Amino acid sequence: MVEELRIKNGVVYDPINGVNGERREICIRDGKIVEDVMNPKVIDAEGKVVMPGGVDVHAHIAGGKVNSGRIFRPEDERRGREPKTKVCRSQSGYSVPNTFTTGYRYAKMGYTFVMEPAMPPLLARHTHEEFIDIPILDKAALPLIDNNWMTFDYVKSGDSEKLAAYIAWMIKATKGYGVKLVNPGGTDAWGWAKNQGLNDESEDWGITPAEIIRALAEANEKFEMPHAIHLHQNNLGHPGNFEMTLETYDVTEGVKASKDRSVTHLTHQQFFSYGGTSWKDFESQAKAIAEYVNKNEHVSIDTGTVILGDTTTMTADGPMEYSLYQITGRKWTNCDVELETGAGITPFLYSGKVGVHSIQWTIGLELMLLVKDPWKVALTTDHPNAGPFIGYPIVISTLMSKKRRDEVLSEIHSAVYDKSELPSIDREYDLNEIAIITRAGTAKILGLQEHGKGHLGVGADGDVAIYDISPEERDAGKIQRAFMNTKYTIKGGQIVVKDGEVVAAPEGRTFLVEPIFEDEEIYKEMLSDLETKFRDYYSVTMRNYPVQDAYTPHPYVIKAPMAK
Amino acid sequence: MTVVTDVVCPLCGSVCDDIEVEVEENKITKVIKGACAVGKSKLQGHERIKSPMIRVNGVLKECSYDEAIKKAAELLAKARRPLLYGWSSTVCEADKVGIALAEEIGGVVDNTASVCHGPSVLAIQDVGIPCCTLGQIKNRADLVIYWGSNPANAHMNHMKRYSYISKGYFLPGGKKDKKLAVVDVRETSTSKMAELFAQIEPGKDFLLFSAVRAVLMGYEDIVPDEVGGIPKEKIVTLANMIKESRFFITFFGMGVTQSRCRQNNIVNAIQTTRAGHLHTKGAIMPMRGHYNVNGFNQVCTWETGYPFAVDFSRGFAWYNPGETASTDLLGRGECDVALIIASDPASHFPADAVKHLARIPVIIIDPYHNPTTEFADIVIPSAICGIEAEGSVYRMDNVPIRVRKVVNTDYMSDEEIVERILEEVRAIKEKEGE
Amino acid sequence: MEGIKVILISGRTIAQGENLENKMSEEYFNAVAICELNEGDMARLGVSADENVKVKTDYGEVVVKAKKAKGYPEGIAFIPMGPWANALVSANTRGAGMPAYKGLDAVITKTDEAVLYITDLFRKYKEEAWKK
Repeated sequence: MVEELRIKNGVVYDPINGVNGERREICIRDGKIVEDVMNPKVIDAEGKVVMPGGVDVHAHIAGGKVNSGRIFRPEDERRGREPKTKVCRSQSGYSVPNTFTTGYRYAKMGYTFVMEPAMPPLLARHTHEEFIDIPILDKAALPLIDNNWMTFDYVKSGDSEKLAAYIAWMIKATKGYGVKLVNPGGTDAWGWAKNQGLNDESEDWGITPAEIIRALAEANEKFEMPHAIHLHQNNLGHPGNFEMTLETYDVTEGVKASKDRSVTHLTHQQFFSYGGTSWKDFESQAKAIAEYVNKNEHVSIDTGTVILGDTTTMTADGPMEYSLYQITGRKWTNCDVELETGAGITPFLYSGKVGVHSIQWTIGLELMLLVKDPWKVALTTDHPNAGPFIGYPIVISTLMSKKRRDEVLSEIHSAVYDKSELPSIDREYDLNEIAIITRAGTAKILGLQEHGKGHLGVGADGDVAIYDISPEERDAGKIQRAFMNTKYTIKGGQIVVKDGEVVAAPEGRTFLVEPIFEDEEIYKEMLSDLETKFRDYYSVTMRNYPVQDAYTPHPYVIKAPMAK
Repeated sequence: MTVVTDVVCPLCGSVCDDIEVEVEENKITKVIKGACAVGKSKLQGHERIKSPMIRVNGVLKECSYDEAIKKAAELLAKARRPLLYGWSSTVCEADKVGIALAEEIGGVVDNTASVCHGPSVLAIQDVGIPCCTLGQIKNRADLVIYWGSNPANAHMNHMKRYSYISKGYFLPGGKKDKKLAVVDVRETSTSKMAELFAQIEPGKDFLLFSAVRAVLMGYEDIVPDEVGGIPKEKIVTLANMIKESRFFITFFGMGVTQSRCRQNNIVNAIQTTRAGHLHTKGAIMPMRGHYNVNGFNQVCTWETGYPFAVDFSRGFAWYNPGETASTDLLGRGECDVALIIASDPASHFPADAVKHLARIPVIIIDPYHNPTTEFADIVIPSAICGIEAEGSVYRMDNVPIRVRKVVNTDYMSDEEIVERILEEVRAIKEKEGE
Repeated sequence: MEGIKVILISGRTIAQGENLENKMSEEYFNAVAICELNEGDMARLGVSADENVKVKTDYGEVVVKAKKAKGYPEGIAFIPMGPWANALVSANTRGAGMPAYKGLDAVITKTDEAVLYITDLFRKYKEEAWKK
């Protein structure tokens, strides 16, 4: 039987196709957007907002450290629990929800794709196992390739070809999507309880983080990779780090992108836009960061906007989590991963009563309001680091309503009036811009618009979100409620959410990239170097390392040939 | 005859994955290299349960898989307080179905962690845990401490592959470049190799951790002359070994989790590691017993939010060890049906808990006869994971590894059996018009 | 006759591990239904190797074979983890979900009673189960 759907009378926001709040019909057949349908089920979206399914560019939803976060926070799991239903498995958790809940809650917000941005290669199987248990959503994961000893060796020797061969092998072996960097050099140094700044030379390897970043950006661009390198740079979360942030942006200037996108995607930049010399004179430098992004084409960013309240922080930036734990004295988990990366996890409360936290809250919003071109900036909370993803509707309503911002500003610590530009910013996002920072732009940043995500053109995936809200609505509370629970979410042509309830929970797909490295000789030499690493230093064999096909039951493969 | 390489050992939490075996006529005939004595014994096989069985008039009678599965489903579908226990010597794929089954029937699902490293989990929930993968230890740890753990007997390849005896990038000389310290109540094969051996009085671990921690934090003056039978001088030496190391690791075993103070020992052990971290780099790791005891905890956590002892009687996941762990349930005589898979609670639970198993219908899924089969009313033999069936397991350091299928079998896999039971249960409930 | 007071511990051994999946066997019985003591304690009890002893705690009692072992201080007895050791353990987990398997106060005496074979031990449990 052919499944057909027609969504009529809706007000459509489809920025990739230049559709800005027009009454349009959307037709879906066999899971894809088509011109017309013969005998469809009809949804009347009269007076409602219709957008492509949401695309999240950066949320820690699956894998070893997410699960370590769950394990050590039963108090978080006790929040938001719901019993099993005919459709849904039982639900637990707020900032680190169980996998099923993650799928349901994203779908209720109209999202259909999420990028897990930090997959330790040695633990890649774990990430994929959790993906299997996250229903509805399509997913992908970025393997961490920046603290790897193979990468270090090739950066040191300047062997860019072998480095490209290695990242090709690694992305395939982990069934990953691109190249992720987290505190390059610094996470490895954490193996000795040390850290590294952008231009510090490593004692063990004789290279700097800047060299690693540049080399990986160049290696990434040797292929037609859908996504830029995805960088969480050095020095996250420290007062005054904005200067190193700007220096980091400069590192990849001049690298030529192999596709129409940035060369470096810099993630959760809220944590990197800090002025001051200590927590005492801490201030926002979002303006300086936004100005750089406005002037340069080789970078795109996402924000990591703070949601005030309790959350669980987790990152491959081991030393950063340790310093955070030293500040709070709360529980702390760490996991160094041999030859590759690490992870740290600690709970955190962003309190509106605290000056620093209040300023942090303004920075994530400033970045979005001060970067002029919404295609260059994506809405994230770096889930769950700056707050859980279910806070997105709060952020959306805050961006759309100056009134709401003023209300919050008046309630939180008064330092925000001196240390942040936010109180003086009048800009309000419209729905078209919201559609860009939550689906169209994020799909473009990830190179997914070519693969049916982030738009509603013919041939695109039948992923649609229908929000029960008038396009003219300006009431922040109503906006927030509408974006929290869709009227309908449609995934691959199937209605998965109706009136804010999950009505179907099909399995999602895993998107994988396969870089194709052409020079067989060089590839072989790289493999021989790699075999040595496995024989002498890894704790598993090379044959047991790659993720087997069993872990991606519904793969969607994107080939990335060598760039011309 | 064929040689199969990179075989993954389905025995202990070390999950050695570099084993070579000879296979002849669909049997492992020889273990060429890689496995320890205990692993070898498992790979070469023991006597199996030949057929599914149902107890009739007190005697187990052979039957078909279909009959056994149907009967098991009937028992579970009508149970009011079912316990689904075991899940550690099988693969994650089976665990997933088991959790779904528990959710379906409102049961309690629990794994063997509740009688080995359950207290470690409770401690981690208190304070977190600074940990690392085993390769990090191999390459960097110049001080290895085994506390209440005897790897020479329980995890025989552990020192050779991952810790004291292994060579690593920064420690190319292997044990020449490393130091070993052991804390145990008795002299063991492991303690004989140690540079420092502290023979502690039973139940005094909490005190000794406190003393080492005090020295690490600069409060040497408050440590008494002797703690738990260990002279102060030795305690200071151990603390100094930690301070002077570049990377220290403490592996702890059931000597700490099962003795007096239980989870509080582990909280203190972790706090001691954090105190060491003020001077250098440190990590601490539980020596997990079964090859996939950790895997169940991982799966159960991502699927329910909690690692073990999960009670679905309220519809959502409810977790409260001390109330919802298997020993609690059996000790209170509360559960009315037990499904036991890939474990042997009759041998490993306290006698009073075992006696309750004698009172209620018991379904067991296992490749081998064991004392629990003596109590069972339904016995369902299964394929041996890692030899006859493949799937994911999680090593003690959270590294996921896929165990291989080396030979073929007619036995159904754990995953298939539990899946079939779940289907039958759903069919029964549908019929009842739930 | 007079017994001796000990602290009882349990744990894994190689022979116990080798027969983990071979529990109904003679080998497992020989590996696990034993109690290791140091020489002095053996002498105090007046038993020699392979003679039977009865071990008793607040929660139960069990008969096992005495074995002489090095490395134990006086007053510490070891029974490998398994059914015989667990006959002496309480099911009260004191809120931890975990029984106290190690560090039990026990009294050991010499006995002429036989060590129950695994099937007999569990037959006894079945009988006792309904007496309660």
